[in-house]
Amino acid sequence: MTLRVLDPSSEMAAELGNPAPRLASLQGKTVGFISNGKEGTVGYFSHLDRMLRDDFGVTDVIVRVKSNYSAPADPAIVAEIPQWDAVISGLGD
Amino acid sequence: MQLASKIHEADDFNAVQELYHSNGWTDGLPIVPPTAAAVEACLEWAMLPPEQLIGVEPVRERPITAEKLAINAVMAGCLPMHFPVVVAAVTAMMQPEFLLHGATASTGGCAVMLVLNGPISKELSANPTFNVLGSSDRATMAIGRALRLILINVLDVRPGGIDRSTIGHPGKISYCLAEDEDDSTWLSLAEQNDIPKEASAVTVMAAGAPRQIMNEWTTEPREILETFAAEIRANMRHYSIWPGNYAIIVPQQLRRHLQKAGWSKADISEFIFERARIHRREWADVGKGSVVRDRGDTVYPAMESPDQLLVIAAGGPAGGFGAVIPPWLGHKSHVVTMAIGVCLDCEPPKT
Repeated sequence: MTLRVLDPSSEMAAELGNPAPRLASLQGKTVGFISNGKEGTVGYFSHLDRMLRDDFGVTDVIVRVKSNYSAPADPAIVAEIPQWDAVISGLGD
Repeated sequence: MQLASKIHEADDFNAVQELYHSNGWTDGLPIVPPTAAAVEACLEWAMLPPEQLIGVEPVRERPITAEKLAINAVMAGCLPMHFPVVVAAVTAMMQPEFLLHGATASTGGCAVMLVLNGPISKELSANPTFNVLGSSDRATMAIGRALRLILINVLDVRPGGIDRSTIGHPGKISYCLAEDEDDSTWLSLAEQNDIPKEASAVTVMAAGAPRQIMNEWTTEPREILETFAAEIRANMRHYSIWPGNYAIIVPQQLRRHLQKAGWSKADISEFIFERARIHRREWADVGKGSVVRDRGDTVYPAMESPDQLLVIAAGGPAGGFGAVIPPWLGHKSHVVTMAIGVCLDCEPPKT
């Protein structure tokens, strides 16, 4: 006997964001880091900061730390993003 | 009733199982085939149209309809009479203070624990006594499982997907209990949250695995509660030092001693609030010395205030066993208590 059963999923494909235009070069650019503030982020982002400046000519690195590492970035941080040429948001786990 | 979900066809019961397993729609256990008739029965019982919006997941802005909840509830083994609890629990989980995305995605691997209060516990034949934290009865088992299937299917909280839990715990299969309101002189958890005892309620908590304690060798309330406090301190050393909602399960045998001595839930919370605290330097005793830094003398309480402790009367009649249920991670998520099927602060209709 054929059983007719219902789909339990949301049936909504996850919306894919559009990637921002790629930068031709990081030379002279401002890069923002959005850190979740976990223990491991300190060494990770400080190393990345040095790499970006020394090896790729980045002029400024702005570091912002979320107030709650389990929640989305604070609106004040998100509002700053348009002032940066690139943003790196990573986990410190 | 017009259902909107896609219909799948399968040759027989086993084919349904394979269809759902292969699509990642189960928790690994067999499911009850969610036929339209079974789903409609749930919706009719709760008097909800299928398209009723129960909430919108706040991070990914995903709408959650009554129909999708009912499909997953049926799969979990829920009867129609169980469904209003599922709806109330999901509504509670949507409240901002619960921090649903963080709690269900975290490497910390908590589960959503549900506590039932009020007349609905008896209506559903929930058993708040023997084996209360694991497969004590049909209703709590199915309702707890329904929440997990909803997270998996409606919000894609699958292991390795949104769910990044490192180890998780068995409560992620089902983590639901009823409070024992018959054999307790205490206010119920719902009454403590200003819900009248005539109404039913569900409390949701982003909860770690239960940590069992035992003290059968005293009748002195302070000694009994010191065992609970010590287990909380152990959790603060071994897991997380951050304060938040802890729950303790107090079984009948221990309740007798506490109630005979006149201790209320508030008295218990006050005592444990004072006793459940550690110095940061204690981390050095358990291999975490590298993060003590210059704050070794700082004292950390387990709760920010006594009312963050949930004192739950539950468990079998014999045995001095209880449990501490720690929060997922401090106060990042707060417990939410929601009345079932009633609105307690609604305005009366204007005439």
